[in-house]
Amino acid sequence: MLLVPCPNCGPRNSSDLRYVGESHKRPDPATTTPEEWRTYLYMHKNPADWMMETWYCSSGCRRFFTIERHTATSEFRNPPLPGGKRGGRA
Amino acid sequence: MPSVTNMLRDKNQHGQRRYSAFGLLRKGLSNQPWPRVWREVPLKDSYDVVIIGGGVHGLATAYYLAVNHGITNVAVVDKAYLGSGGSGRNTAIVRSNYLTPEGVAFYDRSLTLYNSMADDLNINVMFSERGHLTLAHNDSSLRTMHWRAEVNKLQDIDSSVIDPAEIKKIVPSLDVTSEARYPILGALYHPPGGIIRHDAVVWGYARAADAYGVEMHQKTEVLDILVEGGEGRDGKGAGGQVTGVMTNRGKISAPIVVNCTAGWASLISDMAGVDLPISTRPLQAAVTEPVKVFLPAVVVSGSLHTYVSQTDRGELVFGAAVDPYNNYSIRGSLEFTEGLAGHVMELMPGISRMKLLRQWAGLCDMTPDYSPIMGATPVEGFLCDVGWGTYGFKAGPVSGEAMAECIATEKMPAIIAAFGLERFAKGDLVGEKGAAAVGH
Repeated sequence: MLLVPCPNCGPRNSSDLRYVGESHKRPDPATTTPEEWRTYLYMHKNPADWMMETWYCSSGCRRFFTIERHTATSEFRNPPLPGGKRGGRA
Repeated sequence: MPSVTNMLRDKNQHGQRRYSAFGLLRKGLSNQPWPRVWREVPLKDSYDVVIIGGGVHGLATAYYLAVNHGITNVAVVDKAYLGSGGSGRNTAIVRSNYLTPEGVAFYDRSLTLYNSMADDLNINVMFSERGHLTLAHNDSSLRTMHWRAEVNKLQDIDSSVIDPAEIKKIVPSLDVTSEARYPILGALYHPPGGIIRHDAVVWGYARAADAYGVEMHQKTEVLDILVEGGEGRDGKGAGGQVTGVMTNRGKISAPIVVNCTAGWASLISDMAGVDLPISTRPLQAAVTEPVKVFLPAVVVSGSLHTYVSQTDRGELVFGAAVDPYNNYSIRGSLEFTEGLAGHVMELMPGISRMKLLRQWAGLCDMTPDYSPIMGATPVEGFLCDVGWGTYGFKAGPVSGEAMAECIATEKMPAIIAAFGLERFAKGDLVGEKGAAAVGH
């Protein structure tokens, strides 16, 4: 099973975590247009390459974190960053 | 039904020898080699239409372009062999009991085409209309089953909700007792659903399109899509016009390029400067050793994320849900095979001693609303038939027919009008998730 390095709990089975998806900044709901909001909701990057992703450690520390993973080999690189940008939660 | 004169004819109108029982007997007695199913011709440097992806969708599009619209200067290019992607990796289930009226009409047309395919394409596609059961393990799914049954009945689709006793009559090997971990409360029964030989569908379309002069080019990988006048990088993107494709075998000029790929759809579209709302995930499946036929229908459980059918050879084919994170790998993983086998055993405890022969994965392009992306893009001449998620095979024939019409008339046919790329910018999504997300 894919071992995901959580910054708080260490390597954990991917079934212990929830995959959130591409890590990208949420536009300000007060000022954004509907088109920008839909772009944020639906238009995610889908490379067969390294990608910054947000994971949620749902069965462990219950925190969001961001990490770089290769989507063809599922290797991780660089240490995870606490806090996911998506949804503005940390 | 084929007419008697048609059955006795030895060659079709293109001079291609017909497949028939007599032909099989003659070949069996004479020990002569069979002719190639489709020609291998040199790659030309220009075509009217280039279709990327030699699966059911790409080949059906080419076939209907030739048959319905007389457009035959068409090349289908594939980076591997025909049917090497999703068309050869799916679990070959066809059905039309969807949730939205648009979805029902669309898949019913596909089922009609699958029904007459053996005759239309003169190839044995081994269509087995054996019935399709979608099990409900809780009240909310039973409610959705009733909803789907009523939507289906309104459109004359044979579909109804049955109780556990009736399920047991159709599939005696299912555990319908209340002691099961996930007790079966009822099922949506859809007698016209069934399974079909997916390779034969691919070969049938390729052979029939070949007879009309369509060219199939295998091992021809598209490296770039040539676009002029767009507002993005290198003249690509919105407002541009497609001029051709660059392949590993050289440049091909074409005013129309169609993306019929799965798995690589977002990477191919990116070559033209078109962004698609797709995440690519593998779907894993497995097959057991062959045993005597005991499973007479296709059994699907949404709650257990699994679907099972038995092939004519006797193997059980299992499919799972898509993996929980984006991935371009088709290696599969042990925990999924284990989970899948466990779930099938929940349904049919009697198969616990059967051995799995092999497992595989295919890439699924998931869209936010579990519906495909079809038709024109912001780049003139670049069309898409992508984002088919986990249900692309059963939609193959109707998509080919609709895409061919879209290419020939330059208008979006009514049957796919809801599936345009612009729906995501408008926020006008299709609500088919309830019937498409897992159930097959």
